[in-house]
Amino acid sequence: MDLYNLTAHELASLLTKRELLPIDICNSNIDRINGVEKSINALAHFDKGLALERSKALNGLPIFIKDNICVKDELTTCSSKILKGFKPPYSATVINKLTKENSVLMGKTNMDEFAFGSSTETSFYGPTRNPWDLDRIPGGSSGGSAAAVSAGEAVWALGSDTGGSIRQPAGLCGVVGLKPTYGRVSRYGLIAFASSLDQIGPITRDVEDSAMLLKIIAGHDSMDSTSADIPVPDYVSLIKKDIKGMRIGIPKEYFIEGMDKDVKAAVLEAIKKLESLGALCEDTSLPHTEYAVAVYYVVATAEASSNLARFDGVQYGLRSEKIKSMIDMYKKTRQEGFGDEAKRRIILGTFALSSGYYDAYYLKALKVRTLIKRDFDEAFKKFDAIVTPTSPTPAFKIGEKISDPLTMYLSDIFTISANLAGIPGISVPCGFTKNNLPIGLQVLGKPFDEETILRVAYNYEQNTEWHKKRPKL
Amino acid sequence: MSYEIVIGLEVHLQLNTKSKVFCGCSTDFGSEPNTQVCPVCLGFPGSLPVLNRRALELGAKVAIALKCQIAKKIRFDRKNYFYPDLPKDYQISQFNQPLAQRGNIAIILGEKEKNIRVRRVHLEEDTGKLFHQKDSSLIDFNRSGMPLLEIVSEPDISSPEEAYLYLTALKSILEYIDVSDCNMEEGSLRCDANISLRKKGEKELGVKTEIKNMNSFRGVKLALEYEAVRQKDVLEEGGKIRQETRLYNPGKGVTEPMRSKEEAHDYRYFPEPDLAPFDFGEDILKTIEKDMPELPEPKKNRFIKDYGLSNYDAGVIVSDRETADYFERCAKLYKNPKIIANWLMGDILAYMKEKSVHMRDLNLKPERLSGMLKMIDSGAITGKIAKTLLIEMIQTGRGPEDIVKEKGLEQITDADSLEIAIREVISENPKSVEDFKGGKDSAIMFLMGKVMQKTKGRANPNKANEMLRKRLKGDA
Repeated sequence: MDLYNLTAHELASLLTKRELLPIDICNSNIDRINGVEKSINALAHFDKGLALERSKALNGLPIFIKDNICVKDELTTCSSKILKGFKPPYSATVINKLTKENSVLMGKTNMDEFAFGSSTETSFYGPTRNPWDLDRIPGGSSGGSAAAVSAGEAVWALGSDTGGSIRQPAGLCGVVGLKPTYGRVSRYGLIAFASSLDQIGPITRDVEDSAMLLKIIAGHDSMDSTSADIPVPDYVSLIKKDIKGMRIGIPKEYFIEGMDKDVKAAVLEAIKKLESLGALCEDTSLPHTEYAVAVYYVVATAEASSNLARFDGVQYGLRSEKIKSMIDMYKKTRQEGFGDEAKRRIILGTFALSSGYYDAYYLKALKVRTLIKRDFDEAFKKFDAIVTPTSPTPAFKIGEKISDPLTMYLSDIFTISANLAGIPGISVPCGFTKNNLPIGLQVLGKPFDEETILRVAYNYEQNTEWHKKRPKL
Repeated sequence: MSYEIVIGLEVHLQLNTKSKVFCGCSTDFGSEPNTQVCPVCLGFPGSLPVLNRRALELGAKVAIALKCQIAKKIRFDRKNYFYPDLPKDYQISQFNQPLAQRGNIAIILGEKEKNIRVRRVHLEEDTGKLFHQKDSSLIDFNRSGMPLLEIVSEPDISSPEEAYLYLTALKSILEYIDVSDCNMEEGSLRCDANISLRKKGEKELGVKTEIKNMNSFRGVKLALEYEAVRQKDVLEEGGKIRQETRLYNPGKGVTEPMRSKEEAHDYRYFPEPDLAPFDFGEDILKTIEKDMPELPEPKKNRFIKDYGLSNYDAGVIVSDRETADYFERCAKLYKNPKIIANWLMGDILAYMKEKSVHMRDLNLKPERLSGMLKMIDSGAITGKIAKTLLIEMIQTGRGPEDIVKEKGLEQITDADSLEIAIREVISENPKSVEDFKGGKDSAIMFLMGKVMQKTKGRANPNKANEMLRKRLKGDA
């Protein structure tokens, strides 16, 4: 039995039965990392010795953390040069919650610099490769987490999702990725990209694991004013109910021209499967969908331009060595420390907030954001969940879109709306292309109703075989 | 040509909460640098602000005291600019919808009252503090995240003197409601001023300059006086005022250019996404309103009505809450409030000013002061002796009777003792005696002075005067 192929809930039950020790699981991950990490580059910071030491002391499951979530006294760099060597003096709330469960913190996963990207190509540590095809991207920005889980380097992992950064790489790597409702999981300790959109969420091998991990990390946090004081249900037991009579909307705006034929076919097939399981699927419309990408790139970059101002060379991270004055310190540090995409987004966001442009861009974007949210409010009066493809295409080639930001931005076209509306979404494997590339099915739900989307995803998954497939490495 | 001065003031007030506005760090003053800090007020990546409700309540208290309208929804904005004392490189502040708007503060100009309108009151976080050395700079973040309330006036202030009075009136209100130490030297109250000139009768405002770096109310007045003259000189020579920020140099007593409008920041304000807007509950406001102490203005009116004080006297006494409280405690013990007011505003305030003592540290129980006043009324001591006795009481903390007994300060009313002193004075000052007899009535003042001198101020003045006159006339 290859331990690295098992799910977290399978491993947990083996631990409970004492058929296994945490160190065995840790060793299986380390063996796998030794075998495949060189070709995948999913990890940003990993200390084998430390991981082993921890797994001896703790009786929980090992977990990998995206490189933008603070772990006290451990490298947390957002895969950016500007945070080179940065070790936060505190841990994120989600980390404290995991520690309470005796989780073994294994290390940090690679990501697009500051989560700016959909391909994990913008990392200071080089691109992560898709375990299903090493010439292709794993998606992003949580590409390291998705690839590590897919390749068996990690049992499960945390990612963060601002516009699709959990769901899209999960879809492209054939694993399960959940973006919780905005406010469901504390953002305290998540290095902000866009504060009104960011959420931490699980990337796992199956839906049950996703439910397990969400249960651990969710809940109100007095350190995060935007976290909601709403009880966290026991997802694992609730998702196993069937979906007979459940009303599911299929928005026509998510089946666009130019989308991959295999992706479309797989998703339509998945909808049939849901119907066969008793769900009532019906076409619907989310009319403002076409504005989502535009709104997102104004709101997200505006917030990012402000959130990233603090990387200035004063207190932590990189400070350029060639400086002559204070202004020089700011300029050179940021010039040397940020990559192209980070600079591009900071400039975009700064522009959108500038006096004279604020009303035309930022304010307008906020208004359209409200319209997008209203679309969902309307739809959820009629439906319990909405099903769409996670991405319009399967994983593309490394380098294929990196010099064409606009095309790159469109890879998040189906995932962005959920962040703008603050609603939860999950991506679950629903097939493969002719080239054997994974395809993801996205299920969107009402605010704080993760239970329903997990239930839809679980029922679908348990009646298909896709999630059992592993990449050949 | 004659010009009109237009001034608006921006006051930054540090609220006296126990912890900072967005984290739990202490707000104590004067600690070792960077000992009252945490990831939040250091702006570390991933940290998030959580509003200190107490700071908001204190802010609302100020707003109510300044008769402002309080916002129904509380929102925060980010003010973006780069500076090393600003750890996030943005300040959490309030821009579009401040905590409160449209209030006013009354100032007293001689016998007249003038209302200065308050444009807005908003809550924000303070920055750290920079210390510049020869070839490096150090930062102390203890102050970073301290709760600040910005109080902005309309340009209703027409002279540096009015600016001074506005600040005094504001400080008096703030001290009444106990929201801040209001200490300009320690930086718990800071003031920037906008000033412009326009030709008399003109409606449009002239080009303004912003003056910073004043560290006392007097400094504000002096800086504005200088700046008004400077602007007038420029205009009269046909020049134009540059819109700029100028720093007051207290050593030289001048304002110096700091940055011009072209160099001004575009702060790129936008709603703070880390703090969701929320309703400021009516019940909280009602509680704050209920707990509000009597403010200087209504107190003054009550003092005029209940104690028969003049507008001026009442104004002086209520300008400090503790002085007003002291006055009222004395008024319960002594029947003539006007006399209390005279002593309070005269010898007592003069003593406090000379020794730089605040009312709360004044070693003079109301019982002692009223006891002394009663001794004057009963004729036990003279008013003149009382002046010495007052100082003695404050310095020793002892009661008036004790001191009078021990030092033999009782008033001399018996005719024999007075007679001796009067005789001596007459024989020692023949010239003045002659003058008086020659019809120069004022000479008696001089002779009375001598009598007082001889009795060390203890002679009953009425009786001594009467006897002296008798004696002089008797000699005639």
